[in-house]
Amino acid sequence: MRINEMASILNAEIITDFSDESTDINYGFASDLMSDVLAFATSDSLLITGLNNQQVIRTAEMMDITTVIFVRGKKPGKEIVDLAVENKLTILATDYTMFKTCGLLVINGMKGIEGND
Amino acid sequence: MTENFLKRYSFNIAANDFISAGKASSAIKGNLKSMGINAHIVRRIAIISYEAEINIVIHSLGGQLHCDLYHDRIVITSNDVGPGINDIEMAMTEGFSTAPESVRELGFGAGMGLPNMKKYSDDFKITSGSNGTEIVITIFL
Repeated sequence: MRINEMASILNAEIITDFSDESTDINYGFASDLMSDVLAFATSDSLLITGLNNQQVIRTAEMMDITTVIFVRGKKPGKEIVDLAVENKLTILATDYTMFKTCGLLVINGMKGIEGND
Repeated sequence: MTENFLKRYSFNIAANDFISAGKASSAIKGNLKSMGINAHIVRRIAIISYEAEINIVIHSLGGQLHCDLYHDRIVITSNDVGPGINDIEMAMTEGFSTAPESVRELGFGAGMGLPNMKKYSDDFKITSGSNGTEIVITIFL
């Protein structure tokens, strides 16, 4: 799924965009717990979270995750955006809840990470 | 064991500093990446190092994180000063955590840190006493 398509489905604001023609994200992982992201997510997955602090960006950085979407109307502050830019991370924000975000992404073809290694 | 030693990166980690948490691991990752080390190995080391760094921030009074490079392996060592771990076996159980609610609100303390560090390592050693904890993790190149 392309970033623009994701933004359109979720009525999301694209805050930083480092995607290119090859960016096509087909797996998603949703959690407010970065501990679980570090334990279960994969580098090719979209990180969907309602946590809004710098450790979200740090976690994505360590995992080589390229794209993060903040849900429930969480708007990342300047220090978070700056860290995302430093790490060339694409971030989006939507007012939708995590459940609705995941549901919309799944019915539009995104998959969970199970069995994806 | 020292004949293959190449380089050491060391960082001081402050307790309760959630703003700086991750900076040391970010630096370690950046250095390893620029050396051309395999991306999958760099990711494993970054995750281990970040978990160790977060643990120092959450649970200790402060400590150090070291990354030692050898020709054939990388060793991450975490040393902290603090209360130590009462029951290491329990601490190694997925989901067991002594982190306070305030830490969970920041996205950590799910009880996955130590098991996750072990999962991504080739060798994992932990010792803990009433003065602090030391974790030594090896990843072979």
